[in-house]
Amino acid sequence: MNSPVPAPTPSAALPALPAWFTSRQQAAWSRYLAIPTPKRGDEMWRFSNIKQLDFTGFSRSTGVPAVKEDGATSLSPHEKTGILPVIPDRQDACLPLDLIARSSGLEDTAAKLIFINETLVHSQSSLPAGVLCLSLAEALVSHSALVETHFMKQEPRLGSAKFAALHEASVVNGVFVHVPDDVEVAHPIEIHHWLAGSNTLIFPHTLVVTGRHAKVRVVEMFRSADDLQPGLAIAFNDLAAGPGSKLDYVAIQAFNELSRVIQINETAAARDATTTGFVLNTGAAWARNESLSRLEGPGARSDMLSVSIAAHAQEYDQRTFQHHVSPGAFSDLLYKNLLYDFAGTIFSGLISVDEGAHHTDAYQTCRNLLMSDTCEANSMPGLEINADQVKCSHGSTSSQISEEEIFYLRARGIDSAAARQLIARGFSIEVLARLGDEPLESLVIGFMDEKFASIAKASN
Amino acid sequence: MSYQPSATLDAETHDAISVDRSKGDFTFPERNKLDAGRGLTDKTVDYICNVKNDPPWLREFRHKALKVFLEKPMPTHWASKDLENINFDEIRYYLSDGEKPKRSWDDVPDDIKRTFDRLGIPQQERAFLAGVEAQYDSEAAYSNVKDELTKQGVIFVNSTEGLHQHEEVFRPWFGKVIPTSDNKFSALNSAVFSGGSFIYIPKGVKLKQPLQAYFRINSENFGQFERTLIIADEGAELMYMEGCTAPKFETATLHSAVVELVALKGAKIQYVTVQNWSSNVFNLVTKRGLAMEDAEVRWIDCNIGSRLTIKYPGVIMKGRRARGEVISIALANTGQHQDTGAKMIHAADETTSNIVSKSISVGKGRATYRGQVHIPKHLKGCKNNTECDALLINTNSRTDTYPAITVKGNRHSTQHEASVSQVSEDMLFYLMQRGLNQGQAMSLAVNGFINDLVREFPMEYSVELKRLIDLEMEGSVG
Repeated sequence: MNSPVPAPTPSAALPALPAWFTSRQQAAWSRYLAIPTPKRGDEMWRFSNIKQLDFTGFSRSTGVPAVKEDGATSLSPHEKTGILPVIPDRQDACLPLDLIARSSGLEDTAAKLIFINETLVHSQSSLPAGVLCLSLAEALVSHSALVETHFMKQEPRLGSAKFAALHEASVVNGVFVHVPDDVEVAHPIEIHHWLAGSNTLIFPHTLVVTGRHAKVRVVEMFRSADDLQPGLAIAFNDLAAGPGSKLDYVAIQAFNELSRVIQINETAAARDATTTGFVLNTGAAWARNESLSRLEGPGARSDMLSVSIAAHAQEYDQRTFQHHVSPGAFSDLLYKNLLYDFAGTIFSGLISVDEGAHHTDAYQTCRNLLMSDTCEANSMPGLEINADQVKCSHGSTSSQISEEEIFYLRARGIDSAAARQLIARGFSIEVLARLGDEPLESLVIGFMDEKFASIAKASN
Repeated sequence: MSYQPSATLDAETHDAISVDRSKGDFTFPERNKLDAGRGLTDKTVDYICNVKNDPPWLREFRHKALKVFLEKPMPTHWASKDLENINFDEIRYYLSDGEKPKRSWDDVPDDIKRTFDRLGIPQQERAFLAGVEAQYDSEAAYSNVKDELTKQGVIFVNSTEGLHQHEEVFRPWFGKVIPTSDNKFSALNSAVFSGGSFIYIPKGVKLKQPLQAYFRINSENFGQFERTLIIADEGAELMYMEGCTAPKFETATLHSAVVELVALKGAKIQYVTVQNWSSNVFNLVTKRGLAMEDAEVRWIDCNIGSRLTIKYPGVIMKGRRARGEVISIALANTGQHQDTGAKMIHAADETTSNIVSKSISVGKGRATYRGQVHIPKHLKGCKNNTECDALLINTNSRTDTYPAITVKGNRHSTQHEASVSQVSEDMLFYLMQRGLNQGQAMSLAVNGFINDLVREFPMEYSVELKRLIDLEMEGSVG
């Protein structure tokens, strides 16, 4: 594979990065070079379309300028305005304004951050005292020690070690959220990522850390500025839930259908912590999601949820790992895939119960609803159990809507196309209900309905 | 550990017959008339061809297979690293049964005799299983069966005889269900195979009695590299049984069999295996059936012995409405890894497959289910059901499940379910309250877990199986 990016060189525009970070980046870069590119026959890439890993032609963005000369964009309680960059040498000079206007999401948010490529262009917040929510670039300078404690701690083990290393070596910006002990953030923190320009490559990074009995919910949306230019995102989200805390993370991936994305999630849940991770895939030509939950203390709970709506020739490749390190923890995974046209999905999940992790409860369910006779669903649900007194199960089904169901709805005056969509929608919404937050559910449903509408339009 | 340093040593002087009672397996010195020596080269293959008087096409086939074997890497990128412990240069690839080892019943270790007692194996069979007799004297017991088979036109011979005397039936299907290059071990078998059965059942013949490998006389029954080919012509039906529940005398540590089944239109084949090799054996087996229109292939598979078993019986459903089924029980005790599963390849409309797998891990044993279900595009009405359940007995027992299911198109349905559990304290308490000791209670619970599958085995087998599981469970609790 041709390397899409040159070796990292500390940018002159940025204030001096901490030494630990630059040395981590250099180490990651040599790791990136040393790790072989996945090839056919690698178990972690079974059924994958390896051709999608050729990232030739993508490069870091230069088009959208930094917000300030020094690139740091601290978040203060008041809304920042008037810092919108204007690019004189581009015809889409008012793109940032346009994108900020399009960055609609939830009504009530504790903070809202908007990135164009890797540049923070807008931020506003009303966070409780003590909560940190700032760009990673700034956090690296202002809270270097705290970031160091949590930054990319787990070893990627789902096949994308090479790309995780590339991300680590190349990351320049993202979001850092830290919620101190006993602080609850009532409304979600909302983050918008826009991929702009042709063949642009971005490395968004989200690091969320909760202290003891803290609570926070982070919602991220990934979109393309337009539908005609391919982009590539190698994104990483790192979630560390402290003892007894509650950390929810929702990612909505709705890039245009020319783009590709690798999204790596690593979640660590300490004693009695509750984490929920949800991924919606409606966009991108090819998306690879790797999601790893590590249950590190008794009473920890991890819910791993996903809905993917794949149409046209979209390919979604999802790998999950429920790692029970500690006894007495709980994990539950529910992934649902809807497949239209020539779409393909891969689900490979593993529940791994370490020696000594007794009294583990771990469940894994993947359901595929096949909506065309040319789609392809691959499922590889797996279990590795090394402990006793465990309750583990997995289930995987692939099926289509039965004629009886359609008949039932038609008998009630709903035409067959609408009936199919109704059932497909209901099939997906079951997962959303597990988020237990109505405004958030309607936000996600909004993205789903947009996709359903585009599918309906294409079939007419 | 199990190799005798030399076959030329006199049995009397070599009285240290390396009985390894701790592992429950035992060996005798060998005196084989024909021996290809250790290691595998072109010379070994030529030697086997010469001894067996193979026709030229087969000699060529074996040499090609050897090349494939040497070229193919070990599948350790997904399979157990334990495979690396096989030393291919130490293995003997051909031992003729020209001269059978002579030894007396008294040489058989007591614990094996006790096992035979506990299993209720007939005296005649015991001697055979212990390697005391060259073969089980089946002539008397089964002569009636043989007569009837001949009358119906059934061919039931060993594979060497099959390829020599029935080439016109044998050759068109030989190596067609499992090509040489299917995997490293099928290539190995293709290069050095000897023994195994060749069966042909003519059109419309439905056998009432199951066929058993040890009905056959003068055959290499439990060959190291046995090769079995069974062809059921249109509308024929048979059940074939391989192996037995008793622990078997074994000196060779690598077994690599290839079994090919061909069920023509409307035929039905059931293949029952009970594998109980001693716990030093690598058992790497390739088994696959081809089911044509309306045909059915069922694998009923039970793995209790061996150090490492890698076996995924498969069915290719090539004709409309063909049906494949794998029913599998695995029991992994300390020092064992049972890596079993199933492979279902749907290649025609309205084909259905069913996989039911149950495994029990005792002590430090590891049981793995690995499965593949493939439903390609342009087919309709295919169905698959997969269930795999694992039971863990001790705290350090281990179990894994790695299924892979591919479905293309929306006219099919598949479902897969797996669960892992252990015998609950409540259940044990309930049984012990009624006067059973802990071991008995555990045994009952385990037998209950696999009961619905054991019933699929022929009667004698299921009785023996239950007793065997009792035996294996002994000392695992408390």
